[in-house]
Amino acid sequence: MSAKPRIRLPGSVTIGDVIEIKTLIAHPMESGVRRNTDGTLVSRLLLHTFEAKFEGREVFRAALHTGTAANPFISFCMKVPGPGEFEFTWVEDGGARTIERVALKVS
Amino acid sequence: MKNVRQKACAAAFVFASAFGGTGQAQQGGGDPIERELDTYRSMMKSDPWSNPGMLDVDRGEALWKTPAGPSNVSLDQCDLGLGPGKVDGAFATLPRYFVDADRVMDVEARILWCMEKLQGFDRVKLLTRPHPSAGMPVKVLGAIATYVAYRSNGRSFSATFSHPKEREALALGETLFFRRTGPMDFACSTCHADSGKRIRLQPLPFFSKPDEARKNLGEWPAYRVSTAHVMTMQHRIYDCFWQMRLPEVELGSDVSIALISYLVKQAEGGQINIPGMKR
Amino acid sequence: MSKKRRMRFVLLTYSAFAGASYAQQMEATDEGRIETAMHAAFPEARPDWLSRLKGDQTMRACSKYRDAPPAEVARTIAARESATIQYPPDGRLIGDWKKGEQLAQSGYGLRFTDYPPTRENGGNCYACHQLTKEEVSHGTVGPSLVQYGKIRRFSEAEAKVAYDKTYNSHATSPCSLMPRFGTNGVLTIEQIRDIVGLLMSPESPVNRP
Repeated sequence: MSAKPRIRLPGSVTIGDVIEIKTLIAHPMESGVRRNTDGTLVSRLLLHTFEAKFEGREVFRAALHTGTAANPFISFCMKVPGPGEFEFTWVEDGGARTIERVALKVS
Repeated sequence: MKNVRQKACAAAFVFASAFGGTGQAQQGGGDPIERELDTYRSMMKSDPWSNPGMLDVDRGEALWKTPAGPSNVSLDQCDLGLGPGKVDGAFATLPRYFVDADRVMDVEARILWCMEKLQGFDRVKLLTRPHPSAGMPVKVLGAIATYVAYRSNGRSFSATFSHPKEREALALGETLFFRRTGPMDFACSTCHADSGKRIRLQPLPFFSKPDEARKNLGEWPAYRVSTAHVMTMQHRIYDCFWQMRLPEVELGSDVSIALISYLVKQAEGGQINIPGMKR
Repeated sequence: MSKKRRMRFVLLTYSAFAGASYAQQMEATDEGRIETAMHAAFPEARPDWLSRLKGDQTMRACSKYRDAPPAEVARTIAARESATIQYPPDGRLIGDWKKGEQLAQSGYGLRFTDYPPTRENGGNCYACHQLTKEEVSHGTVGPSLVQYGKIRRFSEAEAKVAYDKTYNSHATSPCSLMPRFGTNGVLTIEQIRDIVGLLMSPESPVNRP
């Protein structure tokens, strides 16, 4: 049973606020340069892209590489245009996608 | 409100570099290596929310609440010492004597008991390779223990050690802590020998001093950056014994519970704040 | 451990324990109960490892006194342990410092993952000591050994002191925290000689300016 990604949005926001969105996902982020005890290479398996969309529009994107540690924590900031839904996507080598949607409450 | 948020965003990409200040006495006085280690530690801990151990807290919660095992029940009737299903604050009162098991148990031994007796899991299987290897997430029992410990955050270690068997565990634990054995003549006290000492670059708490025990014990279970998983206290002790050139200590053995009892007694009054963050 | 440090440790320990030494308050947990608990705690232990669960006479004394033995006990330990020191047949105590540095860096050996062994045991000196100025990743449980040979003017007598200390530290420091590398069979005589080389050779990085 693997954990769902964690997403942190501020509790109540007003239009115009600059907010920090935090995300945390479980993933080994295998770099592909480590070796097993028998000397063979451990195959690379990375989350190579993180995308954040708000109301369908991309607001943040990150390209991750071998230097990113396991279980990546990614945070970014955004100016609140109004209420709406975030869609976060993590894309793994090979194309598998993890998608989470969270509503942003605006007072 | 707006200003605070903007400041948070402005600081978001700047790591706090305030010195962690663990308060440990520095025998060398101002050792530059110790300062760098302090900086590294405070950077790691600068945003507790970023601790990947929280993912195992979530996983542990799901495992506690989801029916599993041959009996297909959840753990919501598991008695951690405060009554069946009562999780809040239970970790802070452990280790303690349990009448049904007729022995003193720490949180992991107790969860093992519940998984066996309530859910019908095979005890031998649960005790086989119970700890994760580097890069693998903590296993089921450890994830549940992380969740249970998390539900005592903010509380202090308050195990009473009033029952005769609890006092026995304490005495055994203290004796074992100072007992030197194995080809390297190591006891726990050999490495945990004094304040401000480290092995390679790993500073070690001087548990004989309650002040240091109080500061350190409440951080376990902890997420370890070097192995990319949460390490529980049973796993920590297993790993110590590996370094000490001793054999594999069984999870929940009297020896492990005795040592944990001694550490918890030394840490009495110390605050619980898990998951910790370690190198 | 120096006398001063030992005294501090004793005072610190006893003040921390004032009225709170659980082993003392109850009848001191007897050896039989400890052995039973230890054997039960390691059910998968190989039979030839069972001796690791129990310390020898010296270790039992050091455990009892928490590494601060009274003078009489300390003398007995020193005499017993120094009698176990064995020297190379050719009398040459200073070996190859390059090998010595490898041994100082390596913590390999005797752990339950080190079987079957794929290389020689290491001394793991850097775990507890600083040796060269260059190596940042060093411990502080033992004193710094930077410029060890240079400070001692590379004397032959000091080479013997270093050899003895590495082979069995208790010969001169009863209840020292340092493993008995020679007596316990962790390192061979050749390996100990190479470590002495690391400490005492003028060309060794330990002694470079």
